Amino acid sequence: MKFTLSWLKDHLDTEASATDVVAAMTMAGLEVEHVTDPASKLAAFTVAKIVEAVQHPNADRLRVCQVDTVDGRKEIVCGAPNARPGLTTVYAPIGAYVPGLGVTLVEKPVRGVVSNGMLCSGSELEADDGSEGILELSNDLAVGTPAAQALGLEAVIDFEVTPNRPDWLGVAGIARDLAAAGVGTLKDLSIAPVPGTFPCPIAIKVDGDACPVFAGRLIKGVKNGPSPKWLQDRLKAIGLRPINALVDVTNLISYDRARPLHVYDAAKLVGTVIEARLGHHGVNGDEHLIALDGKTYELTPEMSVISDAAGERPIGLGGVMGGESTGCSDETVDVFVECAWFEPIRIAQTGRATGIASDAQYRFARTVDTGSVVPGLELATKLILELCGGQPSDIVVAGEAPAAPGPILFDPAYVGQLSGLEIAPERSLKILTDLGFTIEPPKDVSTAAFATNAESVVCVTPPTFRRDVEGKADLVEEVARIAGYGELPSTALPEVPRAVGGVLTAKQARARTARRALAAGGYAEALTYSFTSRKTAELFGGGQDVLMLANPIASELDCMRPSLLPNLIDAAGRNARQGFPDIALFEIGPVFFGDRPQDQKTAVAAILAPRAPRGWDKAPAENLFDVKADLLALLEEIGAPVASLQTAQGSASSWWHPGRSARLQLGPKAVLAEFGELHPAVLKALDVAGPVYGFEITLEAVPEPKKKAIKSRPAFSPSPLMPLTRDFAFVADKAKAAGDLVKAAAGADKALIDAVRVFDVYEGPGVPDGAKSIALEVVVQPRDKTLTEAEIEALSAKIVAAVEKAGGKLRS
Amino acid sequence: MTDLTTLEADVLAQVAAAGDLAALDAVRVSALGKTGSISGLLKTLGAMSPDERKERGAAINVLRDRVQTALNDKKAALETAALDARLASETLDLTLPAPHRRRGSVHPTMQTMDEMIAIFAEMGFAVAEGPDIEDDFHNFTALNFPPKHPAREMHDTFFFNTKEDGERMLLRTHTSPVQVRTMVSQKPPIRIIAPGRTYRVDNDATHTPVFHQVEGLVIDKGIHMGHLKWTLETFLARFFETDAVTTQFRPHHFPFTEPSAEMDVQCDRSGGEIKIGQGTSWLEILGCGMVHPNVLRACGIDPDEYQGFAFGMGVDRLGMLKYGMPDLRDMWASDSRWLSHYGFSAFAAPNAASGLS
Repeated sequence: MKFTLSWLKDHLDTEASATDVVAAMTMAGLEVEHVTDPASKLAAFTVAKIVEAVQHPNADRLRVCQVDTVDGRKEIVCGAPNARPGLTTVYAPIGAYVPGLGVTLVEKPVRGVVSNGMLCSGSELEADDGSEGILELSNDLAVGTPAAQALGLEAVIDFEVTPNRPDWLGVAGIARDLAAAGVGTLKDLSIAPVPGTFPCPIAIKVDGDACPVFAGRLIKGVKNGPSPKWLQDRLKAIGLRPINALVDVTNLISYDRARPLHVYDAAKLVGTVIEARLGHHGVNGDEHLIALDGKTYELTPEMSVISDAAGERPIGLGGVMGGESTGCSDETVDVFVECAWFEPIRIAQTGRATGIASDAQYRFARTVDTGSVVPGLELATKLILELCGGQPSDIVVAGEAPAAPGPILFDPAYVGQLSGLEIAPERSLKILTDLGFTIEPPKDVSTAAFATNAESVVCVTPPTFRRDVEGKADLVEEVARIAGYGELPSTALPEVPRAVGGVLTAKQARARTARRALAAGGYAEALTYSFTSRKTAELFGGGQDVLMLANPIASELDCMRPSLLPNLIDAAGRNARQGFPDIALFEIGPVFFGDRPQDQKTAVAAILAPRAPRGWDKAPAENLFDVKADLLALLEEIGAPVASLQTAQGSASSWWHPGRSARLQLGPKAVLAEFGELHPAVLKALDVAGPVYGFEITLEAVPEPKKKAIKSRPAFSPSPLMPLTRDFAFVADKAKAAGDLVKAAAGADKALIDAVRVFDVYEGPGVPDGAKSIALEVVVQPRDKTLTEAEIEALSAKIVAAVEKAGGKLRS
Repeated sequence: MTDLTTLEADVLAQVAAAGDLAALDAVRVSALGKTGSISGLLKTLGAMSPDERKERGAAINVLRDRVQTALNDKKAALETAALDARLASETLDLTLPAPHRRRGSVHPTMQTMDEMIAIFAEMGFAVAEGPDIEDDFHNFTALNFPPKHPAREMHDTFFFNTKEDGERMLLRTHTSPVQVRTMVSQKPPIRIIAPGRTYRVDNDATHTPVFHQVEGLVIDKGIHMGHLKWTLETFLARFFETDAVTTQFRPHHFPFTEPSAEMDVQCDRSGGEIKIGQGTSWLEILGCGMVHPNVLRACGIDPDEYQGFAFGMGVDRLGMLKYGMPDLRDMWASDSRWLSHYGFSAFAAPNAASGLS
């Protein structure tokens, strides 16, 4: 929404500058986007008078002029045919930047004659008056007058209107708020009725759905044509194109009072009834309208259609745009003026369906003042009569405007209670009155809420243009914003008892620990979008219909991710293509298995694509076991029951290398994590070179340790006895998991065996084909006495028996 | 006595001549071993008279001690020489690079979020969460967005496909649904923040389709806008970690708060980058207000008994402002160089003692 200071001053008696107005608007809640000030753009340009103009000696079309300027008399070469002695025009000195040409003037000879400046046309100043040649200004203007002032150009204030304040879509509404805020005095906004001189020959019919209320009148014998300069200037200043006087009047009122109107050339109407109804499917198929923008729109039963010819011919899209067939032109003699009210939601939907964002549509979609139907028509009549003459008919009204907002019981003390402002009740009520609210003594204050201070309670009725105000909290906002948010106190929050042990839930704390642990472990944290492509999601077990976006930002981002891995792998690929293939990334974030809240999980995933540069030490690259070590260290760090975890080899999901992946689980239904090398086919589909290793933990699956009432730990009681070790070698089937043998050995005597370590895995001579040798070091910790040789022998036998039961055979 | 003198000179010469520990040991054996020359002399003592034995014995013992000392000294010297030689052979070129070790980092947005949580935890706020995939009720209706209202359109919502029963899920456009979930599930007093991912159909230098917000909600008896102002002023002063953070409160409109406000922070925009704590420009950084009575009612809280405030701020944007990252899209690009440039150390966990980062 745009307006100029002079327009504002039509309604507001004020000495305030544009800067003051902008500041006051901002503090009243009108967010100013920017201020375009031609005065600063045209600061170098001033009024000058041509004293003499003679033919250029070397060029037929050029004249050499002697010009009285703010810098004294100057010789200036000018090519305009209207450069003549006595002309008052605009002068630009050497060094001025000419906005319309995009050049800065330099002193240089023009066909041998030096020009000491330039005489300007309207277009060169970006103030196009449509004429050719240099500007022709009033001779009353003194030399040196700033060009912006001479041209009547002024600052244009452009601001954003929040959807709750459609009244701000009219300059009068802004004036009202600024007056309440103390920027000036509001002028009389009342509209005097223009009596009709004959009955309106055109009848109006509405159905309540399409159009609740529709007022109109015929004005006979108007003389249409270009509107006067003041009106054209006003519209042009805010970027509107003047059309003709009748149309310009409707545009003026739309921006002045946030009240859209429409004018029909009565001669082009068929029949004597205008009907507002919903669109329908005609006998020849769907209805269509050629609108004023020349485009054809399909009319649907959701749209409000204005029609004539007994409802047969659509002549307008109600509240959105008129039809071409009945538009007003310079030849219009009898005009029918429409002032109606349309349902905001219907107009908003029509705007979306048709793509039309007209000034009328914008205002109706945000609720036009329900009290402006007849006054708006009267104001239009007054202006049309002033500009075009003519005879107005009586006003006809069909339908009924929505009921005015009801009264709100309000205790002014509530302002302080909700906002903290210390403000006298009288001042609060004065602000509300200034904003157009009606204050009355309450008829009945028997409600319990007001029992204690019933005498201060008043009854506040919002004006019809403030349908956004529905309750007492809204009234507090009105008072607070006009009193100024700068007046709000800064009050410390009361102290509250703090939660024991911090404010994070166990899951949040674990995510936080995981983040720091992985970063410390050498992984860089990445953030990736929560979506991926359906094809990729399917590779990772996702892609369900319920997780498909209806309006994705791009087709490759159309599905919620089932895993963090694909986006991380994708990121590894992008880095590789930029020349940085060696990468270790992690992400902690949401993954989705359905559209219910419980279907969203928090995953912790990391990938490692080891492509370290060659080193002098020939150290081997990191491998899958490094990732396993990182995963186990991380699980330990977040308090997972690592000692109880099973490594289920070969049971991980399909996106892993089947022979190089495993699940970490407490049982088949309690899977905490998967890790491994990514499946080469998956990497190929994602266009990333392998190998890539990784893991993914589901935080929700990691059981939380039992909460203890106190933080103290059990006493430290190390054994005074030396641990001893015994080595064993077992032969097992090649496919046998070493972990099974380790687990069996460790379980042989849980009291004495502290640890079992694999110190060799061997295949080759000495071991049968299809078998391997696994060497274990068992750490035995005597508890209360040194073990005798016989006891150690017995323990060894137990270990051998346990491992043999698990599929290993003691190597002889 | 000359035989002893000769023997001493002879043995000491052998000790001196020994080139290594083995040769030296051979000398020791030949002199002090069981059949050694000095040991042999000691055996002759038995046949002597007591007086002779006393004199001769003392002399031999002196000889033996001298030889032993010489042997010890020579052994030490040979060992030192051997160690020196070994050390000389063991020299490593320590200008060679150490093995490659990865340096990980924490993403600046997550660091920023941790900072925010640390500040609000200090003020007694708990951390609440809600799902990213929301329904219309929690994202809009309960937050006082009337059905089909234009304010909904301004949210550029990502939708899922409409189901047969007419339900259409969406990606939450703000973290405010967590307000609703919290108020429905717990009784006042409430003091929470809700950090999380939010989504809008938008993609340019200043908007990404996914971004992070931190929502705040305080509901109690007698909580007013002055408390809101203090909370945010205090938060921003602590967050930007400079002495001179100036803020202003400005009226605005949100369907779910009444009165509503936006908060601006004073900054300097000259020179292409934004500097907080100086200059004369204002930059909008968050929206807030008193929770709308309709929202309280929708969550089963009596607005005549309880009132409170809510706020929402963009984590990515505040992180950009504080740490000078120029483009929001980079935050999601996972460029390893960017992550290492703007990332934070694992050990920079924000806390009251050592600061935020």
